[in-house]
Amino acid sequence: MLAFLLTLMLLLGIVIVLAYAERKVAAFMQDRMGPTEAGPYGSLQSVLDVLKLLQKEDIVPAAADKKLFKLAPILIFAAVFAGFAVIPFTPDLIPAGIGIGVFYLLAIISLDVVGLLMAGWGSNNKYAMLGAMRSVAQIVSYEIPAGLAILSVVMICQSLDFQEISYQQGILLNRFSGLEFETNWLFGIEALGINTTNIGGITTWNIFRAPILLVAFVIYFIASLAESNRAPFDIPEAESELVAGFHVEYSGFRFAVLFLAEYSMMVLVSLVAVILFLGSWNTPLPNLTALKFANWTTGTVGELSGILWGGFWLLSKTFVLLFLQLQIRWTYPRLRVDQLMHLCWKVLTPVALGIVLLAGIWRLLMV
Amino acid sequence: MEKSSVQHKTGFWEVVKSLLSGLRLTWRHFRNADKRRAPVPVMDENYFNQPEGLVTLTYPYEAIPVPENGRYRLHNEIDDCIVCDLCAKICPVNCITIESVKATEEIGMTSDGTKKRLYAPVFDIDMAKCCYCGLCTTVCPTDCLTMTPVYDFAEVDIKNMIYHFTDLTPEQAEEKKQLLAKQQEEMAAAKAAALAARKQQG
Repeated sequence: MLAFLLTLMLLLGIVIVLAYAERKVAAFMQDRMGPTEAGPYGSLQSVLDVLKLLQKEDIVPAAADKKLFKLAPILIFAAVFAGFAVIPFTPDLIPAGIGIGVFYLLAIISLDVVGLLMAGWGSNNKYAMLGAMRSVAQIVSYEIPAGLAILSVVMICQSLDFQEISYQQGILLNRFSGLEFETNWLFGIEALGINTTNIGGITTWNIFRAPILLVAFVIYFIASLAESNRAPFDIPEAESELVAGFHVEYSGFRFAVLFLAEYSMMVLVSLVAVILFLGSWNTPLPNLTALKFANWTTGTVGELSGILWGGFWLLSKTFVLLFLQLQIRWTYPRLRVDQLMHLCWKVLTPVALGIVLLAGIWRLLMV
Repeated sequence: MEKSSVQHKTGFWEVVKSLLSGLRLTWRHFRNADKRRAPVPVMDENYFNQPEGLVTLTYPYEAIPVPENGRYRLHNEIDDCIVCDLCAKICPVNCITIESVKATEEIGMTSDGTKKRLYAPVFDIDMAKCCYCGLCTTVCPTDCLTMTPVYDFAEVDIKNMIYHFTDLTPEQAEEKKQLLAKQQEEMAAAKAAALAARKQQG
């Protein structure tokens, strides 16, 4: 229960910051100023937006399927929020440390689609229905390249446990029970003879342990943009043609929940990308002979310093990815539906399949 | 020729290159966000020479100054006005309403030395009707009617768009009218008396 509340608070905090950052980043990239009035530099703008949404009337259209309509936002948010249960925030802080975290995450996030379809169908609105159908088609399609990219990580790490995958990517490798006698080699190849177990930092991140995962990371990142309905894959929302897609009929608190779910999804996919590819809560600074940067910026596991450093690195890496998502939104135009499907089925999926094969071969070289 | 230019832009690496150049562009704008466009007037030589930074101004707090010869809100300096009615006559949209009352004695002088002989109990300009042609300011003989650089004067009630420039209260105006009537009556009486006296003589 405590983990639930803490995660919810953390998530709300991040989403508030993200909603503000979205507006400011968008403004700066378009040579505008963004919010300036509420609080210093407009920093209270998103808090005010939430307060405003909570005061608004909760309108349910007369022709809507009321049960589905009312339940959908809660289901969508619950599906996304449940994904946070297996995210390791620090070396010893994880809401639910289950051994099949990756599998659970992929499964629970797929429930999101059901909620979207309920929202679109329940609204009894053509725009909402079209938006929901596009959204579902897109998310279901992009789960395949994303899943394959994740699969290649799982093959390299030989684990479905997020915490184990995290421990593998840093100097704390031997502190995880079951990995006491493991060693990290540069690029994962023992034949090179460079032991990076105690160097840590960026050299033990998954994208360096197995450089083939760099391609997997790019594939996962593109697919994750599509899964969280972000530009350039925002055809389900497409303000200019579908008004707002599946949430066009929502107002007040229910809209706030949908909005929250959308931003939570962004945060979740970025967190997963960081954990699987970019070293999770491990520091990016390696130990260089006398300069023990990695040791200095890791802290002691089980103590406050370990929690603070772990949380700091995880969140700062996540925010870098989130910034990239924002920047991509304000840089690239929206794809057409056929281009979207082309990219997914004819480009990303075959490449991801190839990566899975190569990752398997790489794993053979690693042991 | 054409074909080669098309060829030039296809292929995986070309696409990657163009995607990256897009990101570079937005990143450059993001990085320059600490610079601001200065609120300089259009006459300034740097007006067109500010390629970087945020272009918007926080309007009510800062604004680009308008040219001095711009045509914006009218202002009448009633102390200098001789109530000649020229502005009301030339106005193409009839937005100036003037009523005049002759003064019974000398009122004073305008700042350019013209004698004032008329009071203006009503000198209203309806800025909602005004078409900002500026004809009234050109005909004004004492240059008391001018265009000011004020352009932001929207009102909730359209009645507030009528600007009253008279310096007389209604009571004072009534008093002046009565004074004039009295003087005219006296003059008429004097005239009638003179006429009667002449008739008697004749």
